[in-house]
Formats: sequence, C-alpha cells, structure tokens
Amino acid sequence: MIGIINYGAGNIFSLTAALERQQIAYGMVNSEADLAQYTHIIIPGVGHAGTAMHKLEQTGMVKAIKALRKPVLGICVGMQLLTAHSEEGDAKLLDIVPLETKLFDKNLGIKIPHMGWNTVDFKNNLLFENVPSGTQFYFVHSYFIEYNPIFDIASVNYGNKFSAAIQKDNFFGVQFHPEKSGEAGERLLKNFSNLRS
Amino acid sequence: MIKQSTKLPLTSGGLSKRIIPCLDVKDGRTVKGVNFVDLRDAGDPVELAAQYAQQGADELVFLDITATHERRKTMIEMVKAVARQLNIPFTIGGGISEIADAEALLNAGADKISINSAAVRNPQLIEDLAKAFGVQFVVLAVDTKHIDGKNRVHLNGGRLMTELETEDWIKRAENLGAGEILLTSMDHDGTKQGFDCDLLDKINKMINIPIIASGGAGKIEHFTTVFQQAGVDAALAASVFHYGEILIPDLKQELKKHDIPVRL
Repeated sequence: MIGIINYGAGNIFSLTAALERQQIAYGMVNSEADLAQYTHIIIPGVGHAGTAMHKLEQTGMVKAIKALRKPVLGICVGMQLLTAHSEEGDAKLLDIVPLETKLFDKNLGIKIPHMGWNTVDFKNNLLFENVPSGTQFYFVHSYFIEYNPIFDIASVNYGNKFSAAIQKDNFFGVQFHPEKSGEAGERLLKNFSNLRS
Repeated sequence: MIKQSTKLPLTSGGLSKRIIPCLDVKDGRTVKGVNFVDLRDAGDPVELAAQYAQQGADELVFLDITATHERRKTMIEMVKAVARQLNIPFTIGGGISEIADAEALLNAGADKISINSAAVRNPQLIEDLAKAFGVQFVVLAVDTKHIDGKNRVHLNGGRLMTELETEDWIKRAENLGAGEILLTSMDHDGTKQGFDCDLLDKINKMINIPIIASGGAGKIEHFTTVFQQAGVDAALAASVFHYGEILIPDLKQELKKHDIPVRL
C-alpha cells in the first residue's frame, strides 16, 4: 500500500483520485510512525519549494524519509525536494540526490511557468514500463532540475534540456504530474506501485 | 513524433499547443448544445468531460453560469465528481470573487480557476490568489470588443463595457500575478469566421505568460491559422466541439500536418 506524505504542501485530491481509478490502495503518512505501515511512499508537492521544505521539516520526518529503503516517488515539488538545493527561496532541501533545482532563464525566450504537455524522452526504466516512446506528460512548474546523466531517467526540452524524471537507488522523482497526464500518467503510477519493495 | 528544438518560435520551446473544449455549467449540469451521439446523459459534466479526455482534449474549461445562492455548493460537488474521473487538467470559471471560493475549488481538485469581472473590480484579487496558490492557478479571462479604434474590456458576460483598454488591463494583470490569459474576442465569438488573430498576436507579443485564444472557431483551418499567425499557446471552443462539427482527433491530425506540435 502507498503512503502519501501529508505535510500540507498543496492539494492532493487529484492524486488520490488517480490512485483510486487505478485501484491502488493508499493511506496518509502524518508522522514518522506511519511510515512503517506502507510498502511505497509518495511525496506530493505544489507551490514554493522552500516553503514545502519548511513544512516537511515541521512534520519531524526528514531523517526518517532520508533513511527509507522502500520505493519513494516525489512528484513535482516533491521531486525537487529530493535534490540538494533550490534557487526558489535559496532553500536547502533533502539532499538525497546531489542535484540543483534552478529557475528557468527568461532570456531563453520561453514563457514561464512551463505549463502544458511536453514530450518526455525516457530511458529503459521500470517506472516507464509500457509507456509508449514519445509520450507527452503534463507539466506545471517554474523551477527545474538540471540534467545529469547519472541520475536522469527521463529528460524533456523547454528552453533547455532538463530532467523530467530522476532516480537514485529507491528514490524516484517526476517533474510532471502523472495524476493529470492521461492514461500514460496512470500507467506510471501503476508501475510505481508495482516496484518491488 | 514531435521534432524538438527545430522550430522554437512555433513550438514555444517544445510544448504542445493545447486544444480546450469549454463547457457551460448551470446548477451542476452542462447546458447548451451538446450533441454527442453516444452520451447517455448530455447534461452530466462527468460523462462529457470523460468523453472529451478520451477524444484527446488537452484540458477542459467549465464555466459556471448558475445565478442562485446555492451555486457554490453545487459547483464544489461537480468539481469533485469531475476530478475523481478526469485524468487531464481542468479550469473552473464563473462567479469567483474571493479567496475562499478559489480555495474550495482547489481542494475539490480544480487545477486552475478563471476570474473575470471580479478581477476588474478588485485587481488585488489577482495578486492575492497568486500569492496564496501560485500563478499557475490563476487564469485571467478577458472579454474584449473593438470600439472606435480601441479594444475595450467588457464585464458580466460581455453586457457591460468598461473604459479599460484590453492591452493595458492584460499587461497589468500579468504584473499582478495572472498565470495565463483567456482572451475572448466578442467581435468574433459566435461568428464561426475564425479567431481574432491580429489582436491575439498583438497581446501574445506583449506578455510572457500563456494565452488561450477564444471566440470565432468554426472550421479546422481556423485553429491552424491562429496557431500559425498568432502563436497562441492554446485554443478554446465550445459549440464546434459540442455539436461534433469538429472532432478533436481530426483537428489534431490536421494541425500535425502543418507542423504544429500537438499531443496525439
């Protein structure tokens, strides 16, 4: 069963609705003690990365989350939290994946936020199993995770190439919103729930 | 598949151009001209939304035209029902005038809200909403009409003209924190003669946030033209989709033929 870290960073109605459509069981993780009951963990997140980190710290779960050995999926700001630092609020983050979260450069002639459907170029990874190549996912964000060939499992182009998904050991992150990305997004959530714990 | 990085000005950096059906909702039911053959209940927003998602709509807009005091409660229930079933983003507009309205819609699963008259009467609302929920949540809808050489903002569904010039208002709204503009040309709306490409192009060049073209869609070519000539990020229409005059898969195939990036 999936445990959703409940730390007040954005509304999770759409995420739980998507899990229900896929008949994936879930529950809420409100404190460290709850972590043990779940086989998989999702860190959702919408809004300001610095604020989200602050809220996560207030739950007292940071150390326990960093020590998790079961599959963890960070979504959007939840993915950014896995990195070391964000330019948004000059915030120190979980530092599980040694990467930097950066602001899109306005000089690239792109509109910010990056909002809409974009093609994700993914590598052979269980998270993307049975997702057709060239599939587009739905993004909404103004900050991005720098492309790094070691941790990148999917990339996307918007002004520059950056990470659409990352992985380090049992920690996964996706910048797009699987819960809003049509059937492919639902497939990805299903794939995550099927990862061996 | 989409060629990346070869057509920067047209592709907006790799993003697909979005096709957005707009549904009018009254008392929690969709109204006006829905003519799908295989719908069991054409007034059920959930079923209709699912149908559009299936066809390949990239996003949906629901416009609440309920006038009663019970409106908010009915709308929240509808939004929840839609969010439970729909796997693409959707926007709710109509009668949102305070933070509490927006927050209730967000918690019910809406991805964005669209504000119009309330923002003109109280521009601070844009800033407050953007601060509370992020700019990506705030769509500013503008109804505009060309009068004596100027583009004037109209309120109350177009019934009330203001002295505001459309260009000034949109620029100001962007600075206040609007995340997206939904621009409806009243001169073109309902004519089925095509979008107002000149105005859309002008506005699009002024701003650095996405713009949705609305008003005038009648044929598939109109969509091709508005993406090519005005470079808008999305195009919205109602009746051509509801009456089945344009089918979204056909529309997207045609756009793709013209090298306009779409999600297939």
